[in-house]
Amino acid sequence: MIVWRQAALLLMPVVAGALVGAEPTKLAPDQMAKAARTDMITIPTPGELFAALQKPSKPNWTGAYRGPIPTTYKNRAQLALNLGGLIADGFIAVEAQDSQQVKNIGSDVIKMAKALGVSQNVLSRGNSINDFAETNQWGSLQEELEATQNEVKNSMQSHSDQDLVILVSIGGWIRGTQVVSGSVAANYDERSAKVLRQPALVNFIHAKLNDVSPQLRNDPLVRNVSDQLTTLENLVAFPRGKVPSIDDVRKVNGVVTELMREIQSKSDAK
Amino acid sequence: MRLVFVTAFFLFAATGLVCAETDAEVNARRNALDVAGAFTNDGFKLRDGHWCGTLKSADRSLIAVNLFAGNQYWFSVGTTDPAKKIAVNVYDESGRLLTTEHYDGGDRAAAGYSPSDSGQYFVSIDLLDGNASSFCLIYSYK
Repeated sequence: MIVWRQAALLLMPVVAGALVGAEPTKLAPDQMAKAARTDMITIPTPGELFAALQKPSKPNWTGAYRGPIPTTYKNRAQLALNLGGLIADGFIAVEAQDSQQVKNIGSDVIKMAKALGVSQNVLSRGNSINDFAETNQWGSLQEELEATQNEVKNSMQSHSDQDLVILVSIGGWIRGTQVVSGSVAANYDERSAKVLRQPALVNFIHAKLNDVSPQLRNDPLVRNVSDQLTTLENLVAFPRGKVPSIDDVRKVNGVVTELMREIQSKSDAK
Repeated sequence: MRLVFVTAFFLFAATGLVCAETDAEVNARRNALDVAGAFTNDGFKLRDGHWCGTLKSADRSLIAVNLFAGNQYWFSVGTTDPAKKIAVNVYDESGRLLTTEHYDGGDRAAAGYSPSDSGQYFVSIDLLDGNASSFCLIYSYK
């Protein structure tokens, strides 16, 4: 149940538990099929995933850190995937309330964004991330990280790099899912495990990936990501109401961990 | 927090230029942010993304969202004149209308929902009174 405090006072009139208007009580299948789906609304941020994870019990966020990853890849698809993963790392550092880690990640995000040739607007975000980290403004940092990611995507679109946009989202989802499944596997709790049920989300990002140019789709790393998304779509398709078992969680974690290893490894990366 | 909200508003306005949104959509977004601001004061984090379009009478605007069990969500929608009254509703993945918390402010409205299952949901926006108008949806969570 939603807890009202100031919102209840500020937003009058509020009708709790009401159904407004003469809306049908059931959507038709074709209405649902035709519903809008957008990158910025339909795909949740890692912050949303992490917020749900920590409701039952506080995870060990610092234990979810990974070592520094290269910030220079020759392959732009790999850069985009890693940029998404790095932004997810930023959300982890915010949850851990670790200002130095946030600053380090913010700096790496900007390096990768530069390598992708994004606009100056994105680069100025780095200063904002530093400023918010210095003053421990954790809520603002979450918003700034998402804004940075969206700025990167906007810049990619305006530079005819729209095919890379979905890779940023996918990189963030894979890294976020790796952390969440790892945390749940290490300290199994049914309520936490429920956040892993995301079949429609995986289906959506997979469909978007299938729409990229044939050249990008045939990139070996992108092809591997696409193949593993097929596997993951099945692994996270738990029936509604069913809680994933610890074995289910471990299977998801195994696939995303291996995929993350491939995404971040590169023999020619500096 | 209010400073952050105001800053976010101007950042959104700037992003709107990049996305070549119409003035009506920018105004609709401002109205949506007015509603969402109250939830921000209650600890809800505002998503940076938004969804704008045109709301017509006898037509429904519908968007798919992916929500996580355990989180609380508010979907805030703003419109502009000549829309007079709108409704925001949430449906589950089978298309069933869900009972939600509601804020009804005429040309702006919001629906609050706390899913017990993670997965896909649908948010609908209906024009109940008035004429076709731009709308903008934003959402917040905690």
